[in-house]
Formats: sequence, C-alpha cells, structure tokens
Amino acid sequence: MAEPRDLGGRAASREPRCLGARRDEPHDLVVVGAGPAGMAAAATALDGGLRVFLVDSGPAPGGQFWRHPPDHAREGVPTEALPAEDLHHDLRTYRALRATLTAHERTGRLTLLLDHHVWTTAREADGFTVHAVDRSRAPEERAVVLRARALLVATGAYDRQLPFPGWDLPGVLTAGGLQALLKGGGVVAGRRVVLGGTGPFLLPVAAALAGRGAAVVAVCEAAAPSAWLRHPAPLLRNPAKWAEAAGYAVTLARHRIPVRTRTAIISAEGEGAEGERAEGEGRVAVVRTASLAADGTPLPGTERRIEADTVGVGWGFVPQLDLLLPLGCGLADAGDGTTAAAVDAGQRTTVPGLYAAGETCGVGGAALAMSEGRVAAVSVLTDLSAPGLPGTRRLAAERRTVARHRAFARALAQAHPLPPAWPAWLTDDTTVCRCEEVTAGAVRSVRADGSAAGHRQVKQLTRAGMGWCQGRMCGPAVHCLVAAREVPYTPAERLIATPVTLGALADSGEPTADHT
Amino acid sequence: MTEVTGAAAETGVPTAPGLTVDGEPLAYVPGQTLAAALVASGRVAWRTTRVGQRPRGVFCGIGVCYDCLVTVDGRRGQRACLVRARPGMAVTTGEDDDG
Repeated sequence: MAEPRDLGGRAASREPRCLGARRDEPHDLVVVGAGPAGMAAAATALDGGLRVFLVDSGPAPGGQFWRHPPDHAREGVPTEALPAEDLHHDLRTYRALRATLTAHERTGRLTLLLDHHVWTTAREADGFTVHAVDRSRAPEERAVVLRARALLVATGAYDRQLPFPGWDLPGVLTAGGLQALLKGGGVVAGRRVVLGGTGPFLLPVAAALAGRGAAVVAVCEAAAPSAWLRHPAPLLRNPAKWAEAAGYAVTLARHRIPVRTRTAIISAEGEGAEGERAEGEGRVAVVRTASLAADGTPLPGTERRIEADTVGVGWGFVPQLDLLLPLGCGLADAGDGTTAAAVDAGQRTTVPGLYAAGETCGVGGAALAMSEGRVAAVSVLTDLSAPGLPGTRRLAAERRTVARHRAFARALAQAHPLPPAWPAWLTDDTTVCRCEEVTAGAVRSVRADGSAAGHRQVKQLTRAGMGWCQGRMCGPAVHCLVAAREVPYTPAERLIATPVTLGALADSGEPTADHT
Repeated sequence: MTEVTGAAAETGVPTAPGLTVDGEPLAYVPGQTLAAALVASGRVAWRTTRVGQRPRGVFCGIGVCYDCLVTVDGRRGQRACLVRARPGMAVTTGEDDDG
C-alpha cells in the first residue's frame, strides 16, 4: 500500500478514522461536512481546546470546492499538477487547514471520520446523537453513532437544475458533476462540451475542462452582463472576486471559449435523433441554444444548433438542509429562490446547541464559508465555556468579513436569477422528475384541472419528487411550476438523509457510547 | 487493504486483480469511483428506467441524483459516483430494480 501522505508530504497518522474506541467517546462538537466551512470550524474549535468529530462522506477533506481523491491515491489521480488552469482555488489555505487538522489528530482531540455518511441526528437533553454509516469499504456499511454537546452542520449545497427537453440524455451532467469527475477522479467526461445555466461557477468548470483538453464550444450564461452594474457597491468591496473572475476570463480567452450571455440551452438531442426525436436514445449529440428576452423567453430566430457530446448545466445551488430540517431548525429566504438555515450573527440556528455555516446558510462561496465556520466555532467555544477563545477584535473582523461576503452573495444572486419564463422551454413530454419519469405535461395538467393546489399535492398526484432522489433534482423546478415566484423553494423534510441498509439501522439501535 | 499502485498510476490499467462490470474487466486508477472509471472508459449511461426504458448514468456526480445506480457484489442500489473501485469487485448494471 502506498504510504498515506498529507498534502505537505509528511507521513499522515495511520488510519486514525478507524480507531473505534475514540468514536465511542462523546466529544464536545460534531462537525458534519469537511468542506471549507467545516474544516475552518473544526480547526478553530480544536485550537480553542475542544474535542471534535469531523465527519464527511467523501474520501478526503475539502468538500466539493477542494474535492480530492483519497490521500493514498494522489499519485494515481493527479489533480493538482495542471499548468496555469489550476483545478483548485487557494490550495495554500487548504494545505494549512489540513496541517492544522493533522496536528490535532495527533494530539487525539480530532477524530476525522471520512467516508462516513450521516443519515440522521437527534437532539438529546445534553447534546446531540449523530447516526452515520461508515462506507469506507462500500458497498459494505457499518453503523456509527457519535455523541457530542454541540452540532455544527456544514453540509454545503448541490447544483440547482432546471429541466429542458433532452436534459435526461446520457452525456448531460450537472456542471458540478463534470467538475467532481475531474477533481475527484481525474476524468474529463467528454470531448466537445457545452455549458449552460447561470452563475460564476460555470467559468471555473469551463477553464478546468479546457485545461484538460476538452473543447468547450460554448458557455451559455442566462444573465445579462449588465446585471452586475445594478449592484456595484458589494462588488467594489470584494476586489479578490474581481481578480478571480479576471483570471477565468483570461483562461477562457486563451482557449477561445465563447461566453454567450442572455443565452440558454433550450433543448438537447441524442445520437440519431434528428427527425425522430422521441426515439433518439443515444448519447447527447446536439444542443440548441437561444437568446433570451429579459424575462427569459427564447427569442424567435436566435436559435443555434451546436454539436456536442457532453453538456454541463447548473443554475446556482441549493443549500443541503437534509440534517437541519428534521431538527426543527428555523429557515430564512436565501434571496436566490432557495431557503437556508436561519442563523444569528454567531451562526447559531434557532435550535440550542445547533450551529450552521457555509452554503447551508445560503450559497456564498468558500471564503464566506470559512469565515462563517470560524465564527460558528467561536460561538461553540463561548457557549461551552471553553478556555481558548480568540480575541474579540479578531472575531469582530471575521464577522465583518462574513457581512461583506454575504452582501456580495446577495448581489450575485440578483445578477444571476432564474429566468422567470424558463418553463417556456418545456414541451409537454419533457421529463421533469428524472426518478419517477414525470413529465411537464403531467405536472401542468394537475395544476390546470385544479386537482392540485400546491407542491405537495402535485407530488402526491404525479409522483414527481417521490423517487430515489426524493425531489433533490426536480424540487426547485416543480416549485417554480406550481408556486408563486416570490416564495423561495424549501426542500421536503426527509427523515433519512441517505439510504441505509436494515442491518445498519439495526446496529445503530445499540448506543455505542454505553460501552465506554 | 489491497491497493493497486505502480504501473496503474502511469497507464490507468490495474496491475492487480481488476474489477468486472457485467463480467467484462474495467480498468481504473486506484481512488477513482466506479462512475469515474466508467466515464473514463467512454460509458456515460449504464441503466434503463422502469417506465420509459430511458438510459441513465452519471448526472450529478456527487451522490444526490441516484441516476448512476449499480449493483456491487450483489448489493443493489449503489451510487456509482460514490463507491470507489476496488480489486475484485463484481459490478452489474442495467437492472430495472435499481431505479
């Protein structure tokens, strides 16, 4: 076996995540999600003297932003050695956080649990119980029960999708999916790629794919470039964001990638599908794009036909609230059509002992997530009367950073809205719910004949959102089709955040903390 | 834990016992998920839907959409984008029950 190494090249402590004895001991804090928010929160809490569980479903810390292959496979899946178009942003911060976490693993205060999927949590009189399954030997899974006085949920977000005819063809992926295959597996999913949707995330995906040899033939951005000019103040206060955007612009220009604003992918067709659309079942071969009117209606006569074997789509992100909703956590309008955890200036949710940071509090990027993680950890330190509180001046500065980045995120959301008229792209036979294969026509008909008043009834009558993904993919879209525009989308409460086997459920009935 | 290293890192072809997908060997780089290995081999779909027999494969890539389900060593409903490829795995695809 290859020597496990951390990013600094030092030998990492051996499989610390397998030390069952440690898992059985209650800690001060469980952090769910080891992305930028969770890593920063854990580091601050550990520096302040707390014992911390840091749990993540992935094989390495980093979340989606710093998604990495497992440490032991770094050399096989080289994802950091790109020339100019580095796949990752701010790796220096990542390495520093990894080094801090590694040091705390050695002191025994940090128990890092990778490949652990948390499927539910429960609030107890003296803290929280977190139920996870260890899938490091998937498909085998083992139940793990963690206990701590405080719980911090930093589970991030996932791509928001809007259906269009052909979005379920093979070769059509989420923009985040293309990026995940590249960052986690070193795989470029296609040769000729068209990206579409809205938001700045499309740019790093385009740059990364082009840097790995794919021909990115178009980036279709639904927003108008002038949308930014309406909210100049938050932009001017965030020069780092400008620099980042300028960097991508240079990369895209070098690869001659056209960015078409006010443009959307309105349909895709499979191989051999021309003239026999309904029967075309092969990989995506053609996308059709159109310029959009201000409300998002495709403008007649502006259609373009672009050949592509791969399509990446993303319309911003949806905060991952699966663990927060069943705990009764209060929610807030995130300002981008989604709902996020409601938190105070210290990242405390409405549930005592429960904290949230990062995209669960509204999508805003990694820098904001890290600041929120640090602020949340300071609140945990304060609330648990821990000795190692950072100075008030540092905390005040961190809170100002959070406010500045939140303002930027709001401006971003306003500059990249969902086009109100996007349902104009749907044909009656367009699949809306991929799992249960519910069409736009089916959703529209239960709305039109008055049999369904709201999202829940549409779901019951059509089964949209009742399949494997539990509405994670179609939820925002069905919401748009049935709800008033000013009402943000709130995901349905799911009792189990990830499917677990009956065996694992049975195991978890035994309170492992009692063995200690 | 058996790891495939060395030549695999350079060529992408495992040197130790590989895994099979529907009985056929599938090359992979250690650390890759089944979905990444399948996509690297040129496959983006490996399942058909129950109602419309529509092809499905990798879509979200991060374990949210459940489009990429496969059966691994007899266990149904495994997300190929989350399960990492390991020597000796027997993967079967295309089962209607997987979604």
